[in-house]
Amino acid sequence: MSFTTHTGNRGLVLEEKLIFEQGEPGRTGVDLPKPAGIKSRLGGLDRDSDVGLPGLSEPQVVRHFTRLSQKNFGIDSGFFPLGSCTMKHNPRLNEKVARMPGLADLHPMQPESTVQGALELIDSCAHWLLVLTGMPAVSMSPAAGAQGELCGMMAIRAALDARGENRRRVLVPESAHGTNPATAAACGFTVDSIPATEDGRVDLAAFEAKLGDDVAGIMLTNPNTCGLFERDVRKIADLVHAAGGYFYCDGANFNAIVGRVRPADLGIDAMHINLHKTFSTPHGGGGPGSGPVVFSDALAPFAPIPYVVRKGEKFHLVETAEEQDGKKPFGRLKGFHGQMGMFIRALSYMKSHGADGLRQASGDAVLNANYLLARLKDKLSVAFPGYCMHEALFDDDFLKDTGVSTLDLAKAIIDEGFHPMTMYFPLVVHGALLIEPTETETKESIDQFCDAVLALVAKAESGDAEFFKNAPYLTPRRRLDETAAARKPVLRWMPESA
Amino acid sequence: MRYLPLTKADRVSMLETIGAKSVDELYSDVPEGALLSEPVDLPHHLGELQVERDMAKLAAKNMGTASVPSFLGAGAYRHHVPATVDYIIQRGEFLTAYTPYQPEIAQGTLQYLFEFQTQVASITGMDVANASMWDGATSCAEAVLMACRATRRKKAVLSGGLHPHYREVTETYCQYSDTEVAGRDGHPEKQATADELDDLIDDQTACVVVQYPDVFGRIQDHTKLADACHAKGALLIVVFTEAMAFGAIKSPGSFGADIVCGEGQSIGNNLNYGGPYVGLFATTSKLVRQMPGRLCGETVDQDGKRGFVLTLSTREQHIRREKATSNICTNSGLCSLAFTVHMSLLGEDGYRGVAMLNHETACKTADAIDAVPGAEVVNDSFFNEFTVKLAKPAAEVVEALVGKGILGGVPLSRLYPNRDDLGNYLLVAATETNTDEDIADFASALKEVLA
Repeated sequence: MSFTTHTGNRGLVLEEKLIFEQGEPGRTGVDLPKPAGIKSRLGGLDRDSDVGLPGLSEPQVVRHFTRLSQKNFGIDSGFFPLGSCTMKHNPRLNEKVARMPGLADLHPMQPESTVQGALELIDSCAHWLLVLTGMPAVSMSPAAGAQGELCGMMAIRAALDARGENRRRVLVPESAHGTNPATAAACGFTVDSIPATEDGRVDLAAFEAKLGDDVAGIMLTNPNTCGLFERDVRKIADLVHAAGGYFYCDGANFNAIVGRVRPADLGIDAMHINLHKTFSTPHGGGGPGSGPVVFSDALAPFAPIPYVVRKGEKFHLVETAEEQDGKKPFGRLKGFHGQMGMFIRALSYMKSHGADGLRQASGDAVLNANYLLARLKDKLSVAFPGYCMHEALFDDDFLKDTGVSTLDLAKAIIDEGFHPMTMYFPLVVHGALLIEPTETETKESIDQFCDAVLALVAKAESGDAEFFKNAPYLTPRRRLDETAAARKPVLRWMPESA
Repeated sequence: MRYLPLTKADRVSMLETIGAKSVDELYSDVPEGALLSEPVDLPHHLGELQVERDMAKLAAKNMGTASVPSFLGAGAYRHHVPATVDYIIQRGEFLTAYTPYQPEIAQGTLQYLFEFQTQVASITGMDVANASMWDGATSCAEAVLMACRATRRKKAVLSGGLHPHYREVTETYCQYSDTEVAGRDGHPEKQATADELDDLIDDQTACVVVQYPDVFGRIQDHTKLADACHAKGALLIVVFTEAMAFGAIKSPGSFGADIVCGEGQSIGNNLNYGGPYVGLFATTSKLVRQMPGRLCGETVDQDGKRGFVLTLSTREQHIRREKATSNICTNSGLCSLAFTVHMSLLGEDGYRGVAMLNHETACKTADAIDAVPGAEVVNDSFFNEFTVKLAKPAAEVVEALVGKGILGGVPLSRLYPNRDDLGNYLLVAATETNTDEDIADFASALKEVLA
């Protein structure tokens, strides 16, 4: 039954104005002591005009953000198979420990003697990462995966500079995430794209042909963005090393192999680890992340400041970039010492799972993805043959002649109560659908998703393209006009009179 | 294992559907010898109770700022975070959402980002702000790179009053892009003026970066400096480490700044030993297409209802790849939500009230310290942080204060390890969380230590 309501609300889906449209002067959501009104020492720059913030009471604020939250789909809401993003369960224990007194209230500039537990925690988190990757060194400071890439590539640049070599070309597979080429460019490298083979891996012959004495290295994601293990990875490592370059591994998909394969055994020189993917720290609607980088012996001396060293029973934080103990840090990547709040959560997760549980987690992630692949492969078009790792990739060939696009199908999936898969990435596949169930889903939820997708595909084949073009129907907002948003950007609220 | 729902029976039946004999078979692309047959050498799984106990043991080895009188600042500040903030950011629909790529089911995230952008633009006095950066220091570095793109020049001039971490991160980001970073060393007792940097600004200068209030706590008008920059075709970047300050002092936008960026931790976010924090980044309408990071914009849906989407993504790495304005992907989503909720609770009266409360607490603290023999406050102006000249090396004094159960500020030697001339200076911050007793305890302990 379709009808409009007086308020515009639809049962539990409530319309919510901006806070700026709700405020009243004189209202506030905090009770603070009144300032005494002493003579200020603000250098004569006392604020003399309103900031323009609305006044709301606490109940209004709580209701506002609760209503907003109800317009969001999270992992807690339902199945969220967003490929390459690893939307696994976020344990609440991690949130609890990150808020413990003695952790959440530590100031980054406290004397070392007062933060020995914090430094031990960072060292302990680092130890887990080193054992799991088999690598000799790790930098904990990068703020996110993309900054981890920057960290790894800057270390490569610094190592080349130390060798006195002017190598500037970086090889990046076509299927790489956009941050890879953007990062290489930010380090002063030029990007040379490597084509993929018919089975979705690096074209080894094309790669070998591109090697030369101007090659700084390769940035290779493994398992790759097609959800496949690069079976020639060791040959690639050997070839790039023989050519005098370094092997940067994008560890975004480490979750597929953690506890089962150590990247050190594959010949890598550097790899970032997204703690929000492999180690369950929350995605938070787009961050904060954390991207520690493991290094080989060749690159370890160039890792950035700060870093923790253990001296007997004491932990010490090195904050200066001067050469010492054979280290020549390339610089500093962020203020203070890294995403401590994320180290706490990741360590809590690693301790919970243990070496045995992490191994089971990666195995279940790969099992779930292959099960989903098996259930969908006859109706959807599989991009590449064989088993997948933690995610299954399809192209849009199965939608040919239906008039339905990958986007349309994704929007119809929303109405079925699921978050859609990743669409149109990686770019090497036409109309890509990248589906990552993760290890924290039940067989039942995967079955329910597969049943729904198969039903929608049958509907598309029956010629009902119009239905798909207008989906979703049941969401707080329907398709949004992104073109209009970009043409005349409205990026903030303004008062009516302005 | 409590996070893994598959049963043994599930695994068997799923392998059957797949047509594989074992999970190991699914890993058949892994090179010979690289597939481990046993768990790695780390402890095995633990229950919640044990993990919590282990983590509590580590926490107990620290001296938390909430447990003692604490006067630490230098880029991170302890403020009271209302209970509502932590409740809202732990709602699963926010905590466990992803970047809002499907706007129909992410209006919650998108609307708060729009509100966040409006709040950041309002407090900085700028036209527009982005949906956040990683932290203040990376915001500063990205601002310099943005200025270089916008002006097509390759030189940045950094003020001596800029936080050393911000300077180091900027230098690190610029070192491989042929960008020259110039500047002067700062000193808490040598007043930096517009003239300090004037002669460094030339027709190759992309930008001048100043901090407001500066790293030593001083507050200066940068209107003249803005004019000097603009006369040479350079941009003025105003950086801040204490977002609470703009409730009490004029906004950087009022000076004619082109980019205003800095640290937003103070509002809604715990200290967390340095991260995660939230970088704030604002600019003028003219420069918006040069801005790094995610942006949320208003639009309408198919039924004509107002809604929000991520926009201007042609600046970003997933579209532009090596030609993107930055390599940043995710930002500090949840920290920006904490900021937005706290700021919504404060409102105009609360924000300005808490800012003045900070200032008055800092004034009281400064007076108490100034009265201690061997300690002298050197600032003429400050917001909630100021520099003290001590009769003894500040690092030793701070260590002695720890022995008396007080976290008494940040020695400048920690920020400037190579500057012998700054060894006796101490940076002291006071916020609304400091009581009169805290201040009295600090002053009397300092008196004993300096005696």
